Amino acid sequence: MAINKILGVETEFGIIVRGTPESNPIAASSVLINAYVNELAGDPQAHARVGWDFEDESPGNDARGMPPEGTMAPEVETHLVNVVLTNGARYYVDHAHPELSTPECGDARSVVRFDRSAEVILQRSMDAARRLLPPGQEIVVYKNNSDGKGNSYGTHENYLMDRAVPFPRIVQHITPHFITRQIFCGAGKVGSEAPGLTTAEVPFQLSQRADFFEEEVGLETTLKRPIVNTRDEPHADAQRYRRLHVIIGDANLSEVATYLKVGTTAIVLAMIEDDALPRDLRFARPVPTLRQVSYDLTLAKAFELEDGSTITALDVQWELLDRARKYAESEGLAVVGEAVGVDVLTRWEAVLTGLESDPMALADQLDWVAKYRLLDAYRQRDGMDWGDARLAAMDLQYHDLRPEKSLFARLGMERLISDDEVASGVTEPPEDTRAYFRGTCLAKFADAIVAANWDSMVFDVGTDPLRRVPMMEPSRGSKAHVGTLLAEAKTAAELLDRLGS
Amino acid sequence: MAEREHKHKTAPPSRQEEEVEATPATSESGEKIKAELDDLLDEIDEVLETNAEDFVKSYVQKGGQ
Repeated sequence: MAINKILGVETEFGIIVRGTPESNPIAASSVLINAYVNELAGDPQAHARVGWDFEDESPGNDARGMPPEGTMAPEVETHLVNVVLTNGARYYVDHAHPELSTPECGDARSVVRFDRSAEVILQRSMDAARRLLPPGQEIVVYKNNSDGKGNSYGTHENYLMDRAVPFPRIVQHITPHFITRQIFCGAGKVGSEAPGLTTAEVPFQLSQRADFFEEEVGLETTLKRPIVNTRDEPHADAQRYRRLHVIIGDANLSEVATYLKVGTTAIVLAMIEDDALPRDLRFARPVPTLRQVSYDLTLAKAFELEDGSTITALDVQWELLDRARKYAESEGLAVVGEAVGVDVLTRWEAVLTGLESDPMALADQLDWVAKYRLLDAYRQRDGMDWGDARLAAMDLQYHDLRPEKSLFARLGMERLISDDEVASGVTEPPEDTRAYFRGTCLAKFADAIVAANWDSMVFDVGTDPLRRVPMMEPSRGSKAHVGTLLAEAKTAAELLDRLGS
Repeated sequence: MAEREHKHKTAPPSRQEEEVEATPATSESGEKIKAELDDLLDEIDEVLETNAEDFVKSYVQKGGQ
């Protein structure tokens, strides 16, 4: 049975230090995050010094049971900066990048809001770091997934799923969606980083990440990246839940692209849980097809399925949308948020219609279209070819998070979330998941909290031994559930007493 | 069979209506869109990294997840 799709996004940002010949990305990421946290500490309304608790980290667990021999489990880095924010997010240094995980959100629209709030947090961090660094030096952050030289860093999505659903069924049906959804949620990239391909063969492609995927299914995230990642670390009751950890997406600047990326995926996953996808759309060669879809700006190429028939990426998406409409009619869309779900279906259809008739008309909605249109116009004006360094520079600068430098920010793309909602999301948690409990406790009782992580918080109220409050049910701890209690409790000790009673 | 029913081009009615309406509007505003794009390119010239080649060369990241 489909369960509520609680979801979130984690982004590793690109980082450079300007104005100095020597710089270390791990040190720069630490300076960036510490600068933000230290400025917050000067604001009594916004505590964020509580450290991360690594008690429940087990990224080596494999959803298939035992990982194949020779598989390398990711390491947990416990010594680097790692804080929890009052909006329920986690902000930390990971693999030489600053990374921000949004709080657990109740629907796709909420993910867009907290993803934009994350950008504001990074912008404020850059400002805070600028005030600390010697004159002329600056830390600059990019929301992209590739340096154009073969190095990639991720934007991961997470979806709560029913543990009872067999993992092979998830792999079978989500893989075609992951291979084809890039036609609307790709962030666009000049050239290719796959070995042997030049801008002559691939001048521009839909996705930042497609070049970096080499396997169909697997546990790794930093090498031999798989289309479906098997990390089995639910951060919730493992008897009931699985967290599908999705590593294949691009970082989107466009709100519509983020909305559709997580909105359509949540619906497809709900259909998988309810076994509402009868046709097998498995591609005969998933990894090469993933790349070929990314390289085909005409969207017209057909690819072979396992059953020998052929289909375009666009038609896979039309078929999934068609199924989703029938699913909405028979089952409703409450598990993805009814109103948001219905709106996702409408936008999904509008975008597929646009891609089929005139993709460039979607330049105010989709990242790859916006970037392509801008760069192609520039290229034609100045008579460049796609290998020109100025186009590669513009590609990077599209993702520059400094408002005055960002090319994305100049394009006036469609907004779904107001500036006020983005600003309040920097400090306030979502109200409809356990992130509400985590964030509100941090805002109110930071001095009594020793550590926090996704599924528990540890309190020190001075008298007893430390007390761990488990939060194994991601939908509990919402405002509806604990709002009154949190508002009434005057101290952490009182809160714990009432929670225990 | 369900498969046949969902073969492509089974556009729902609303989708066809949108396409019909969109065509004339696009060609009428084509000139205006081009002028706006030209203005945007001029504006972007002002903020572009001054030495594109050095900038691209210096943007090197450690691989992540």
